[in-house]
Amino acid sequence: MNAPRLKFRKLDIKNGRIDLSHGSGGRAMAQLISEIFKEAFANDLLAQGNDQAVFEIPAGRMAMTTDGYVVSPLFFPGGNIGSLAVHGTVNDLAMSGAKPMHLSASFILEEGFPLSDLQRIARSMGNAAREAGVKIVTGDTKVVERGKADGVFISTAGIGIVPDGINLSGENAKPGDAILVSGTLGDHGVAIMSSRENLEFETQIVSDSAALHGLTAAMVEACGPQLRLMRDPTRGGLAATLNEIASQSGVGIRIEEDALPIRPQVAAACELLGLDPLYVANEGKLVVFVAASAAEKLLTVMRSHPLGQDAAIIGHVVADDHRFVQMETSFGGGRIVDWLSGEQLPRIC
Amino acid sequence: MKYVDEYRNGKLARAIAKTIAAEARPDHDYRFMEFCGGHTHAIARYGLEDLLPKNVRMIHGPGCPVCVLPIGRMDDAIKLAQNPDITLCTYADLMRVPGSNGMSLTKAKAAGADIRMVYSTLDALRIAQEEPQRKVVFFAIGFETTTPPTAMAILTAQKLGLQNFFVFCNHVLTPAAIQNILESPDVRELGRIRIDGFIGPAHVSTVIGTRPYEFFAEEFQKPVVVAGFEPLDVMQAILMLVRQVNAGRCEVENEFIRAVTPEGNLKAQDLVSLVFELRDSFEWRGLGQVPYSALKLREEFAAFDAEKIFSVTTVPAKDNPACECGAILRGVKKPVDCKLFGTLCTPETPMGSCMVSSEGSCAAHYTYGRFRDAKVPEKVAS
Repeated sequence: MNAPRLKFRKLDIKNGRIDLSHGSGGRAMAQLISEIFKEAFANDLLAQGNDQAVFEIPAGRMAMTTDGYVVSPLFFPGGNIGSLAVHGTVNDLAMSGAKPMHLSASFILEEGFPLSDLQRIARSMGNAAREAGVKIVTGDTKVVERGKADGVFISTAGIGIVPDGINLSGENAKPGDAILVSGTLGDHGVAIMSSRENLEFETQIVSDSAALHGLTAAMVEACGPQLRLMRDPTRGGLAATLNEIASQSGVGIRIEEDALPIRPQVAAACELLGLDPLYVANEGKLVVFVAASAAEKLLTVMRSHPLGQDAAIIGHVVADDHRFVQMETSFGGGRIVDWLSGEQLPRIC
Repeated sequence: MKYVDEYRNGKLARAIAKTIAAEARPDHDYRFMEFCGGHTHAIARYGLEDLLPKNVRMIHGPGCPVCVLPIGRMDDAIKLAQNPDITLCTYADLMRVPGSNGMSLTKAKAAGADIRMVYSTLDALRIAQEEPQRKVVFFAIGFETTTPPTAMAILTAQKLGLQNFFVFCNHVLTPAAIQNILESPDVRELGRIRIDGFIGPAHVSTVIGTRPYEFFAEEFQKPVVVAGFEPLDVMQAILMLVRQVNAGRCEVENEFIRAVTPEGNLKAQDLVSLVFELRDSFEWRGLGQVPYSALKLREEFAAFDAEKIFSVTTVPAKDNPACECGAILRGVKKPVDCKLFGTLCTPETPMGSCMVSSEGSCAAHYTYGRFRDAKVPEKVAS
C-alpha cells in the first residue's frame, strides 16, 4: 500500500483571514509566504528561500533607503499601500540619481485581515516592482493581535547604484539656481482625503503614485553635472521640501504662486477642506535644483517624459541668512511659505 | 476655480491698490480693524500689506473663536474628554490649544481619551446614533456662523429622542466684542489706539445681517464695511472705508452684496433664539469678562447641556504674564511687540491665544509675514 501523501489544502484566499498562526514561524506562515508573497514578487533571489538575499554588485557607490507605509485607507484612487510602498522607496533611491536595484519588504499584519486584500496588495507590489525594474529580494512577516495594527503596515528598504560623477545632496543649492517641479502638486493627498470615510466627496482625482527612476535617469543623462539635488515632496508637500533644502543649504528660496502647476480639481478640493496645496503630499513628483544655465534644457527633457509633462520652473535660490522660503502671491504681495506646524487641519470658519 | 479666482485677480487688486493710494490723504494715518480672524488670515496669506500705502494700516481684531476661548473652558473640555464614559467631538483646530499645565486635547487623546475630530455637527449626531452606549459631547465653539448648525443638531437630537448627545456650548457674539473694544479704556479714555473703522465679517452677516452694526456706526461714530474673505473683497472694503473717512461718513456699508442682506437669515436667527439665550457675562481670552457676549442653552434644552449634565464648573486660569495677547487682541500692540513672539511662542509651542489658531494674528504674522521684520540691513558703503 502506498503511504498516504501529505497534501496541503491551498489557502482559501477568497474567504480566508490572517490569524496568529500566520506569524508563528510554522507551516501556516510558510504557506502564506509561498502562496501570496513568492507568487506575487516572483524572482530568482526570493525563490532561493533564504533569510537573506546574496547578490553581485557593480563597482562604485550605492544608495540605500528605508520607509514605512501606514496609509489609510489601504486602497485609494490610483493605487494602494502596496504600490505606494514600492514607488516611495524606488523614488527615494532615484532622488540621489541612483538606478534602483533591489528592495526588501516587511509586513506587519493585523489578525483578521482578509487574505484577498493581502493578495491584492502583494500583487500590486509585484507589478510596481517589475515596472520599476527592481526585485523584492527578501522580506519578513509578522502578525499582531486584532486591534494592535490597522490592517497592514509595510516597510520597504532599497538599494541602488549611483552613476559616477553624480553627487546630489540637499546641501548643494546655491544662490541663482533654478527650481523645477515635475508636475501637478497635491494629487496624492487629495485623492487619499477624498476616500476617507468621514469626508465622502466625489472627485476624479487619482493619486500620482509612480516610480520616478525613468524620469530621473533622463534628467541625469541630460544635465548630470549641473544638477544640484532632487527630492520627492511627499509628506508636508512642496513647502516642507523647500524648507528642508533652504535649511540644509543655508540659502533662501523664492517661488512664484502663478508658476505652480496645480490641477483645478485639487485647488477646489483644498479650498473646500481649508487646506493649502503647498502642504499636501505627492507620491509621483519631484523637485529639482539645477544651475540656472541648464534650467531650460532640463525643463525640455522633463516635459518630454510621460511623468514630467506638466513640469515647470517655479522659482530660484537667493542668498538669505534667515533661510526664508518666500512666495510672490498671484495677488501681487509676498508671504512666507513656512514649515507645516502640527498636522494640516481643516479650519472651522 | 469659478467664483473664487475672480476674487483673487492680482491685476484688479493692483488697480484698487492704486486707487487707495491716490485717495488716501497723505496727512492722515488710516487705521482700520478687521475684526475677524478669517480676514487676518487672508491679509497675511495674500500679502495685502505689500499692496497698501504706508499710511493705511490694518489692526488685527479678536475675531478668532479659538483664540478667544479662555484657558478655563479648554480645561473643562479636556476634563470632559477624560471622563471614560464620554466621547468628545471637536472641530480639529481645537486639538492643539494648550490648556493649563501644557495639557491639550491632542495630549489627552494620546493618553487614551476618546476624542474625535469632526467636520460638522452632523458627524457628532451620527456618532451618537451609532454608539448609543457612549455619551457624545459636541464641543461647540464659534461665532454666529457656527451657532445655527449647533442649534439644528440639538433640535434634531430632540426629534430623534437621542439621550446620549450633549453640547458643551461656547458660542460667542461678534457685536458684543466690537462694542467691548470700542468701550475699552485703551480706545476711549487713554487714546492709546485710534480705530478709524471696522471691516465686519461677511459670513457672520449672512446670518445676522448688517443691522446690528448700525448701532456702532452711530453711537461710536465709526464706519463699518461688511466684507467677504477673498483678498479682493478685503481690498475693496479698505477702499470703501478710506472713502467714508475722507467724506466724514460713519455708515454701515455692505461690500458682500452677493450674499449679505440687512436682515440676514431670519430662519437661522429664529433657530438660534429658540435654542439659546444670552449669558450675563462670558470670559474672552485677552478681553476678560464681556457682558452679554455669549450664548447658553435655554432651560428647555437642559437635557442636552453638557455643562449641566456633567456639572462643569469653570476654574479661571491665567495666561503667561509675559504674553501680550490681550493687548494684541485689542489692537494696542503688534505681535512683534511681545517678547515671547517667535522665541518661546511659536505655532509649534503656542503660549498665548493669538498663536494657537492659524487665524490668530500672531500665527498669521509668524507663518506668512515675519520676513518683513527681518529686513536685511543695508550694506554700508565702504
